[in-house]
Amino acid sequence: MKKHHVSTTINGDEVDFLCETSETLLDVLRDHLHLTGAKEGCGTGDCGACSVTLDGVLVCSCLVLGVEAEGKEIETIEGMADGDELHPLQRKFVEHIALQCGICTPGLLISARSLLEKNPNPTEEEVRFGLAGNLCRCTGYQNIIEAVMDAAQEMRGA
Amino acid sequence: MGMKPSPFGTQIPYEEKELKVVGSNPEARPDAVDKVTGKARYAADINLPGQLTGKVLRSPHAHARIKSIDASEAEKLKGVKAVICRDDLPDMPVMHAAAGEIMVNFRDVTRTIMAREKALFDGHPVAAVAATSESIAKAALKLIKVEYEVLPHVIDVVDAMKPDAPLLHEDQITKGVEPTPEKPSNIAAQMVSKLGDIEEGFEQADLVVEREFNTKAAHQGYIEPHASLAIYTEGGNAEVWTSTQGHFLIRAQIAEILKMDVSRVKVTPAELGGGFGGKNMIYLEPLAIVLSKKSGRPVKMVMTRDEVFRASGPTSGTNIIIKIGITKGGKITAAQAILNYQSGCFPGSSLPLCTPTAFTRYDIANVLVIGNDVTCNRPKVTAYRSPGAPMIAFGVETVMDEIAEELNIDRLEIRLMNAAKEGTQTHFGPKLGPIGFIETLEAAKAHNHMKEKLGPNQGRGIATGFWNTLGMETSATLNVNQDGTASLIYGTVDVAGGMRTAYSQIVAEELGIPFKKVRAIQSDTSSLGFNFTTAGSRGTAAGGMAAVKASRDAITRMCEVAARIWEVELDQVVWEDGHARPASSNVGEFEPLSLAEIAMKAGFYGGTIAGHAEINVTGGGPGFGTHLVDVEVDRETGAVKLLRYTIIQDAGKAVFPEYVKAQFHGAAVQGIGLALNEEYIYDENGVMANPGFLDYRMPVASDIPVIDTQIVEVPNPNHPYGIRGVGEVPIIPPLAAISNAIYDAVGIRMRDHPMSPPKVLAALDEAAPATAAE
Repeated sequence: MKKHHVSTTINGDEVDFLCETSETLLDVLRDHLHLTGAKEGCGTGDCGACSVTLDGVLVCSCLVLGVEAEGKEIETIEGMADGDELHPLQRKFVEHIALQCGICTPGLLISARSLLEKNPNPTEEEVRFGLAGNLCRCTGYQNIIEAVMDAAQEMRGA
Repeated sequence: MGMKPSPFGTQIPYEEKELKVVGSNPEARPDAVDKVTGKARYAADINLPGQLTGKVLRSPHAHARIKSIDASEAEKLKGVKAVICRDDLPDMPVMHAAAGEIMVNFRDVTRTIMAREKALFDGHPVAAVAATSESIAKAALKLIKVEYEVLPHVIDVVDAMKPDAPLLHEDQITKGVEPTPEKPSNIAAQMVSKLGDIEEGFEQADLVVEREFNTKAAHQGYIEPHASLAIYTEGGNAEVWTSTQGHFLIRAQIAEILKMDVSRVKVTPAELGGGFGGKNMIYLEPLAIVLSKKSGRPVKMVMTRDEVFRASGPTSGTNIIIKIGITKGGKITAAQAILNYQSGCFPGSSLPLCTPTAFTRYDIANVLVIGNDVTCNRPKVTAYRSPGAPMIAFGVETVMDEIAEELNIDRLEIRLMNAAKEGTQTHFGPKLGPIGFIETLEAAKAHNHMKEKLGPNQGRGIATGFWNTLGMETSATLNVNQDGTASLIYGTVDVAGGMRTAYSQIVAEELGIPFKKVRAIQSDTSSLGFNFTTAGSRGTAAGGMAAVKASRDAITRMCEVAARIWEVELDQVVWEDGHARPASSNVGEFEPLSLAEIAMKAGFYGGTIAGHAEINVTGGGPGFGTHLVDVEVDRETGAVKLLRYTIIQDAGKAVFPEYVKAQFHGAAVQGIGLALNEEYIYDENGVMANPGFLDYRMPVASDIPVIDTQIVEVPNPNHPYGIRGVGEVPIIPPLAAISNAIYDAVGIRMRDHPMSPPKVLAALDEAAPATAAE
C-alpha cells in the first residue's frame, strides 16, 4: 500500500512521517511515532481518551486522518509538562487523586487545558459539561472536577 | 465469597496501635506522575521489534454450527504470516478451576476463546490472523470463508429456561436438582442456600410482599480495551505482556489451554486501564502465542471497543423474584429469592458469589435462595464488581421500602430494626463477626443529607449493600536495599494505583522508615510465588497482610544481623522506630542500629536482607454500606436527574483515606450508570445493537452530582490493620436507592432495569390515570 509523506510539528518539534490513507492521527502517533500517551478507548470519538489539539483545537485523534495533520501543529500529553515541571492541571490531578487506573487521564488533561483556555473561570457545572466528552470509569468524576476547579483558580492567580 | 477459605489460611489478629503512616494520606501516589504525563505503559503501549498485528474473525451469528473454515485465500495474501482457527488449539476435557471470583471449566474456556463445533454468540472468535500491518490483517479476515448453519438462538433468560427453548448445549443436564432431569435444558445448574424453615417463616408474617424484577446485562466498561503482546521462542517458551487483573491466573490458563509447562510461560501485567472483574480471563493471550509460534514473530493483539462489548465481560442479565414476610411490629420472619441469571454461552454466572449477599444485611431466621444458572446466546459472563449483587439488592431493597410504607415504619428504621450485627447467623454458613452495618445506618440517619428539603417531583432513596472480602494465595518479597530503602515485590495486580500506595504505607509503618523510602513494584509471574487475581476486594486486605508478613520476616532477619554484630542472642534484640535496639539495659550498652546501617553490613553478617510471605489469606472482613440519593424526575421526558448522593461505608481501616473515598465515588457511579442507562440491547437476530459508547451510555461528568462520603471504621479482627475490602460494596446500593428515590418523587415503582427515560416515561404514563384520580 502506497504511503503518504506528512510534515507536522508535534509538541514543538518538526516531525515527518509516512502513513496509509486510512490511518488515523492516533494510529500515527501511537504506532509510528511511539507517542503512546494518547489512548484508544473506542476509536469512534465517544470516549475522549485520544484527545490532542490540532492547531490549538481540541480533537479526538481517532477521528482525524494522519494525512490531515500536514502542516499542522499538534500538542499531545507528552508536551504538557515543561521538562520536570508539571502543568498546574497535572499537579492538581495528582494532588486531588483525580485518577485511578489513569487510562483516561491524558485525554482528560488535554480536554481540561482546552476548556480553561476558553473559559479560565468556569463554574462547576461548566467543568462537568466541558468534560462530558471524556469518559472515566474509575473515579466517578468528582475528584477530576475538583482538580480542574483548583487548577483554574491557581492559573488565574498566576 | 463462593470459594471455600483454606483451613490452612493465615490470619494476623488486629492490633490497635498508634499509626504514623497507615491511615493518613501520603503526599504523592507512586503511579500518579507517570499517569499524568502519558508515560505509564499499558499493554497496548508496548511493542517488540518485528511484531505483527493480530486480528480476530468473529461470528456474525448468535448461534450457528461451523461446518467448515477455509483460510487458504487469506494465507496467500501478501503480508499474512499466520492464520489460526479451532484446529490450532488442542481440545480440552471438562476441568474446573477458579478464575477470579468465578469458576471456569477449561473445556468451555478453550471454546470461548475460539469456537469449535458451534458459534454461540455474536462476536464469538472463529479464526485469527497475524500480518505485517493492521490493514492487511483486516483484509485477510475478509478472505476467510466460514460456512455456517444458522441455528435458532435465545437471548433472554426467561425464554432460555422454557422447555422448548433452543438449546446451546444439547447434552446439558441441570445440576443440583433431584431427581436428575432426563431432558437437557439451558439451565446449567440450580443452587440453593437456606436457613431455618421458609414456610413456617412466612406463616409467622402479618404481611408478605412478593415482587418480580428484571435487569439487563451490563459491561464493566473499562476504558482500556483488552490488549496482549506475545512472543513464542524456538526454545519453547512464551512471554506475554497483557492487560490483566491476575497474571498468575492468565499464566495458569495459558498453560492449560496450550498444554505448556507453567514454567515455560512468563506473563507480565502491564499498567491496567481498568478491569472491574472483566480482566481475569484469557481472551487474546493464547491466540497471540499460537500466532507467534506459527509465524515466528512477536504478535500484538488489541481489541476494538466493538469487540470488547460483543465478546468480553458482561455481567448477567437477570430475572429475580423477591418475597419477604414481616410482622406488624416490623420483624422480618422470612425472605425468599429466586435468582435466574444469564451465564452467557457457557455455564458459570456469578450466582455462587452473589447468593450469599441476598439477605445477609438483615437478621432473618428463615431464608431460601434458589439460583438458576442459565446458558443463552451471549458472551460468557465474567465478574463485574460485586458480581451479581447489585441486582439482588435492587429487588430486596425495593421490597424493604414497600414493606416499610405498608407498615408505616420509617425506611431507615425498618432496616435498623432488622440489621445484621455481630453474631447474626447468615444464610450461607458462618455467623457474622464484628461488622459496621448498624453504624452506617445510624450515620445515614444523622447525616445532613436527610435534612435537605425536597421540591416537586423530587424524591429521596435509601439502600444498603454487603460484600465479603476474599483472601486467597498471596505472595510478596520485601528486599531491604543497601542504601536503607525497601522494595516490596507484590504479585496481586494493582488495578489502579491505590494498592501499591497502601502496600508502601504498610511497609513503611512496619519497618519504621519514611513512606518515600519504600517502593512497591509489581512482579511478573517469574519473580514471585503464585498470587490470586485482584478480585473480591482482596487487593489491599490480602496483599497488605502479605506485606506485613514479609516486613516482619525482614525485621527478624535484621534483628539477627544486629545480634551477630553485638554478639548477643536474637531474643535480646527488638525492632523499634526503624532501628534494632537492645531488648533491655541488661543486654549491654549498644547504639541502636538503623535499617540502613544493618542493610549495609548484612552481606558480611549472614547475607542480604529479604523478607517473604507465601500465604493463603483467610478471615476477610465483610463490608457494609448505606447510600442516600436525591433525584428529580422530569415528567415530560422520563429523565431522572441526580441531585445529591451520599455514601457511607465501613472500611474496617482506611489505609489511604482519600483513595478509599475515591473508590466509593467510582463504584457508586458505575452503579448509577447501571441504574439509569446501561444495558445490552440485542436485535431479533441475536446481534448486539449497541456495541459502542455512543449507544451503550455510561455516565459522563455532567450526569453526576456532588457525592458525599463518610468512612466508618469497625476494624476487621482478623487483619493486622483491621482492613476490610472497600471496592465492591458501593456499586451494590445505587440501583435500589435510585429506584426508591423515583418512587418517593413520582410514586412509580421501577422494577425493570435500566431506569432510562423511555422506561420511566412509560411507567409514568401507565400510572397517569391513577395519579390523576388522586
